[in-house]
Amino acid sequence: MKLREEQTILRIVSKLLLPFILLFALYVQFHGDYGPGGGFQAGVIFATGIVLYGLVFGLEAAETALPPRWLQVLMPLGLLLYAGVGVANILLGGEYLNYNTLDAHDPVHGQHLGILLVELGVGITVAAVMVSVFYAFSDRGKD
Amino acid sequence: MNFELIIDVVLLALLVATAIGIASLRQLFPVAMLAGIYSLLSACFFVLMDAVDVAFTEAAVGAGMVTVLFLATFALTSRTELPTRPRRRQAALIAVFLTGALLMLATRDMPHFAAADAPIHSHPLYERYTVTSNEEIAVPNVVTSVLASYRGYDTLGEVTVIFTAGIAVWMLLAGRSRRNKSAKGMQH
Repeated sequence: MKLREEQTILRIVSKLLLPFILLFALYVQFHGDYGPGGGFQAGVIFATGIVLYGLVFGLEAAETALPPRWLQVLMPLGLLLYAGVGVANILLGGEYLNYNTLDAHDPVHGQHLGILLVELGVGITVAAVMVSVFYAFSDRGKD
Repeated sequence: MNFELIIDVVLLALLVATAIGIASLRQLFPVAMLAGIYSLLSACFFVLMDAVDVAFTEAAVGAGMVTVLFLATFALTSRTELPTRPRRRQAALIAVFLTGALLMLATRDMPHFAAADAPIHSHPLYERYTVTSNEEIAVPNVVTSVLASYRGYDTLGEVTVIFTAGIAVWMLLAGRSRRNKSAKGMQH
């Protein structure tokens, strides 16, 4: 899937765009409370950045930047973070995924914290799954 | 005729044209590109209906990610579609028209778009999600408060589905090539 070396414009433009794509993903992730977006969209946008890097600079370069072994940790980590927030709620004396309990004094603040953590879990899992599916497909295509 | 109606008609006409293009092409590379365009047009349509969160997802997943995965799949399988027998094509056409007619019949029971007396506006939860949530959760984007807090169980289920799908693809595709690599490594 690697493009030929003389695709200079494509290489330079995608290199220029990459930090902005990843930054935009983080913006969508953490601004989801105020504007459109959230963990799902942010995860996919982040994965798109890695996929663009893989398409232009080759799969090996992408796998060096974000090793597949990390993805195997990140995929369950996001889900466990989400489920773990629920368990923390039970331990703090509330119902499962009732974020009110996260802050003993201000339930609204607890809700904000809970939503932030849960959305982060969604984003991590979605991004890791998308990138690992892309790796799996392209890796298979090389044989 | 108001301005928004003209945009609606143009977008829907483009959607139909893209769909016909996808159905008529045998080369799968342009089909993947057209499918991406179809997603982007759908995203524009969702924006017109004020569903920005859905539009965002459609643009990122449909136009961005799925197109790349289609291309990666063509690299594994084939770039052209096999010809189908004319008999089966006729049967498929009839099935498509029947399903379409049934769906159109079903829309007659739905409330008009943005109708004030639609059931969604008279449902008891309407008040809770749009008014009470400002005090309970105080997140300006109601979609986020519904998705992450009120319906936290559903979203946890969705993430589990994505995780399971990711693990399944990884086990199906990545497992074999690793074995090949280790087999190659032993030969050297």
